This record gives sequence, structure tokens and C-alpha cells, in this order.
Amino acid sequence: MVVRRRPQRGHRYTESPVLELALQGWRSRTVGLLLMAALLALVARAFYLQVINNDFLQEKGDSRYRRDIEVSASRGKIIDRHGDMLAVSTPMKSIWAIPGDARTMSGEQKRQLAELLEMSVRELDGKIATEKTFVYVRRQVSPETGDRIAALKLPGIHQEKEYRRFYPTGDMTAHIVGFTGVDDKGLEGVELAFQQSLLGRPGNRTVIRDRRGNIIEDVGAMRPPQDGKEIRLALDSKIQYLVYSQLKATIEQHQAKAGGAVVIDARNGEILALANWPTYNPNNRQKLSGAQLRNRAITDTYEPGSVMKPFIAALALEQGKVSVNTQINTAPGKMTIGSATISDSHAHGVLSVAEIIQKSSNIGTAKLALGFSPREMWELFDKLGFGQAPNLGFPGEVNGRLRPWKNWRPIEQATMSYGHGIAVSLIQMARAYTVFASDGELMPLSLLRVDETPVRGTRVYSPQTMRELRLMLEMAVQPEGTAPKARVAGYRVGGKTGTAYKIEGGVYARKYVSSFVGIAPISDPRLVIAVMIDEPSTGGHFGGSVAGPAFSQIAAGSLRALGIPPDAPLQVAAAGNGKGPL
Amino acid sequence: MLRFNMTLLLVLVICALALVTSQHRARKLFQELEREQEQARQLDVEYGQLQLEMSTWATHPRIEKIARERLRMVQADGLGRPVVPGGAKPAGGR
Repeated sequence: MVVRRRPQRGHRYTESPVLELALQGWRSRTVGLLLMAALLALVARAFYLQVINNDFLQEKGDSRYRRDIEVSASRGKIIDRHGDMLAVSTPMKSIWAIPGDARTMSGEQKRQLAELLEMSVRELDGKIATEKTFVYVRRQVSPETGDRIAALKLPGIHQEKEYRRFYPTGDMTAHIVGFTGVDDKGLEGVELAFQQSLLGRPGNRTVIRDRRGNIIEDVGAMRPPQDGKEIRLALDSKIQYLVYSQLKATIEQHQAKAGGAVVIDARNGEILALANWPTYNPNNRQKLSGAQLRNRAITDTYEPGSVMKPFIAALALEQGKVSVNTQINTAPGKMTIGSATISDSHAHGVLSVAEIIQKSSNIGTAKLALGFSPREMWELFDKLGFGQAPNLGFPGEVNGRLRPWKNWRPIEQATMSYGHGIAVSLIQMARAYTVFASDGELMPLSLLRVDETPVRGTRVYSPQTMRELRLMLEMAVQPEGTAPKARVAGYRVGGKTGTAYKIEGGVYARKYVSSFVGIAPISDPRLVIAVMIDEPSTGGHFGGSVAGPAFSQIAAGSLRALGIPPDAPLQVAAAGNGKGPL
Repeated sequence: MLRFNMTLLLVLVICALALVTSQHRARKLFQELEREQEQARQLDVEYGQLQLEMSTWATHPRIEKIARERLRMVQADGLGRPVVPGGAKPAGGR
């Protein structure tokens, strides 16, 4: 077999004649140079992208997958001493729209949205008819409604998380708790006073999101949100309710214009309750009037009237000028000092110092007061905290009015001793009465819960004088005193009535402020309770018959709520009509 | 030498694949963490709302109304309140 070999084309590699040829040097150099140039161009480009243009590109990259998210923080709660809610923030949704986009909604979609937002389609159309690029359709809708709206996937309709403040106790605690405006700004009361602590600080974090919008990684530092601090007030919501309902009932019964009441823990100055009337519902603040908003007990002053007398008697005892049984002639129930005449509502004849307090004799007190120098009396008032704000940190606290002693005339000194010509706030008066309850020390007041007891106050009187004074105050609620209706079944209580004329246009009008400030129980005082009723118009106007019964009810309920054992037989004065506070 | 290089290459490929898988798993876990945290927040909000609801139902005026009107309760008068002398000190408040 003949093998036909293919004709040989070319040569075997090793025999290639090309290998014999010498390469021209410039060609390889050119190729080498070209390759180097291309490499350099790449390096330069890389340098440009990585170093020079880096920021721009980084930003472009980040904007595609990196997101800064704000993590919201909630405002702190306000709770009472036992942890009951007084103010809580809860998240809500606000619905906003880009009007241009929102106008592309179909009629059916608009109808659905309007229905969920409880508004008419016309109203909705009105809102999105604007030329603006952002408009709130409705703020603070419930989260459920928000979810339902989100499920509709409407064009141009978006939502945003918001907090709303709720006040479960409503008008009962309105004056002390106050309220916030939009954006968590405290506007009144504790909400304003403790704004800094209550306010939360939102945090933020930087994350990488994937194509579906899921967060897949945290990058960079994150700042955790700081929720606002919880504020625990000294308030006891049970006592607060008692005070509020009694105050309201008293004002309705006597058709008074306004009123206020305060309960203070005598051992540490905690404000257990503080209520005013008229009040308002902080959850619905439309049509609010100034009268409703006023926290009278703290921001209004009044002339206290006879409530002032025990302080004068105590100073006279303290100085040793008189004893409890010193007889003072108050006949004939009128007394002229300079050109003015002061009088008692009933002529009493000769009274002991204790009886002056028990029967509330203006003349007897004036006689005691005229035994002091104006400066001594001024210093007493000053030590009792009159003329200076009570330092609660509460917005709008007033100083009251206490004129400098240098230009007091004797008649003024006399009238001031029974509480005219001097103006105080109810909270100042209640605080001053802590001296009787805590053996002569004036307690610093506290809106917040104080855990240590007893708190040291500033000494005004000696314990001995206070023991005598407590017995005098107890006499005032005996049948012969001015306020037999202030008695409490099962407890020994004491206090002083006040019936002051109101000044209108610079002269005293026939309008009254009836008040009662008392302590309970007498054997081991725990509470100071002050009640003030402004312009009672029916059913009497004397402090003993208007504010006295309210004091009695508040004291009975509060003592029981605090579990303070009775210090007197229950049967003695038991009212037994079952109408008392539960 | 070649075999050693090939082994290293194989190890490299395995490591690379392992990295990809673990990164994926990390992301999955992170998402789960996010979901759980979101749920925790939701529950927190719900807890707050329930607390709010509870305190709204438990307001003193409502309790008093029910006690007096539906349960016909009255306050015990002096005779209905025996006092235990001394000893047991009642707790303050509640």
C-alpha cells in the first residue's frame, strides 16, 4: 500500500526559517511600549477613580444601598406615686400627601381613603387641591387606620410616625400634670416643668439595604435612642380623686365661682393631691378659657383671712408674752386703731388665747399682734414662706404679697394678723401649716415622690408651742368652735377657718373667699389639707360651713386611703349615711 | 509543585464559597434579628396601649360609679369598722 504523503507545506517548527531571521528591535519595543502605555492608562484611570473622584463615586454607591434611619424615642411617662398612669405617649400615624401625585387617585380610591379618615371626599379634594408639594391630610390617626391606608397603596399618600399624649385621668389631674402641644413640647404644669427630663432623644443608625429594602447590615456607629425619663409624682391618684370630687361637689352645692384644694404629707412635704375648679379635659383642648387653665392653688393669690391667726398666737406663746390661758378682753367686739375700726362678727367678751383661735376673734388676734414690732411680724411671715415662691419648679408660681415692714402702720399690722392686707397662694398657706404638723418645722414642698422620711425643714417654732397650738386647732372643730362641721369620725383633727372679704377695685366687696386649713390626725399629724372656695353664693359663706365639710370628707377619705389608724373612737361622730368617700 | 498549587487553588475556592455562604447566612440572621426587634417594639407599643386602656377602665370615677350603682356599696360607718388595737400596722397606700 502506497502511503501518499501530503505534500509538505511549511516546515517543522524547529526548522522554521523565520527563526533564522533576526527580529527588528523597534517592533518589539513598540509593542512593549504600547502595552506599557495601556497599563499606565489603566493605572491612571484607577487612580482617578479610587483617589481623586472617590468621594463622588462613594456617594453614588451609598445612595444606592446605604440609608440613615432615625430611631424615634418616646416621651417619658408621668405616673403617680403608686405607678398609675397620668400621662402616656402612644404612637399614631399622620397621613400626608404629595398633592400632585395624590390627584391621580381614582374616584373609588378617594372614596375609600376619605372613609378611612372619617372625612368627606370634598374635604379630601380640598386638601390635595393645593399647589404645595407637601400637605398633611390628617394627623394622629390610629395605627390600625394607618395600616389599612397603607394596604390600599394609594398614589401620593404617605404616612409618618407620630406620638400622641394621652391623659387617662383627664380633668382630675389636668392642672398638676398639664399638657403638651404638637411635637412633644410641654406647655403647662409638670409637662412644662420637667420638659427636659421627659423629652426623649431620638437615635440614628446607618444601614445597608438590599434590593428588596430589607436591612441587611449595620454600618458605622449607631446612636441608640434615649427614651424620656419617667416622672414619678408625689401625687396619690386616689386622694387626688377624693379631693377633686369633694371640691367639685362643694362648689356646686354653694354655687361658687372657683376653688382649690391641696393635700400635703406633713412628714416630707410631698404634694399628695392638688385640684382646682374650674378645670378642663387635657385630652380635648378645644374652647379652653383662661379660667379653666388657671392652676389657682399655685398661681393665684388671695387674702387668707382668719387662717392666719394661729401663726400670730403661736408667736405670742413662743415669745412668752402670753400663755394658753391668758385672758384677753375682746369686748365690745369693736376696736379702733388710728382712724379705722375693726370688728368681730360676733362680740365675745373676755377670751383666753386658746378661745381666740377657737372662736376666731379678730380683736383678740389684733391685740396679740400689736404686741410685736412690725419687724418681728414680718420675719415671722417671711420664715413661714409668705412673699416668696414655694420653689416647686412649677410654671407660674407666685410670690404672694408681703409688703416691707418699714412702712407698716399699726392698723395694717392688726389687719394682717387676721389675714387681710397680705396675699398668699393656697399652696403657700398649706405649706405654712406644716409647721403645726411637724413640731415647728416648715417643710420644703415636693411635686415628686420623696422616699426618705422624715425630711428636715426649717425651724420656725418650738415643738412645745406647736403641741399647744395643735390643741387650739382641735378646739376650733369642737361644737363651740367655728368649724364643727370639719370633724372627722374616728380621728382627732384640727384646723382654722378663714372667711375673707374679696377686694374689688381697691375696696372690700361683699364677696368672700371661704377657706379651711387643717391637720390630721392631731395625735401624730400626717396630713395638711387646705381648701379654698371662691365666692360661695348659697348655703352660707363662712369658712366653717363651706370649706369645713369639704375638709372633713377629704380628711376622712385620705386617712383611710393611707391606712392611718384612728386615734379617736369611731362611734362619737359617725355620720353613718354611707355617703362618704368609698 | 503543580499538585500543591492545585490543592491551594481548591482550598481557595472552597474558602471563597464558604465566605459567600456565611455572609449570606449572616444577612439572613440579621434580617431575622431585625424582624424580632421590630416585633419587640410592636409589642412594647401594644403593651403601652393596653396599659393606657387599663388605666382608662380603672379610673376612680368609673370605679366609684360601679361600686355605688351596680354593686350598691356604701361606706362603712363607725359601727361597721372595728378597730384592731395596736400591733398590726396597716400598710400605707395599697
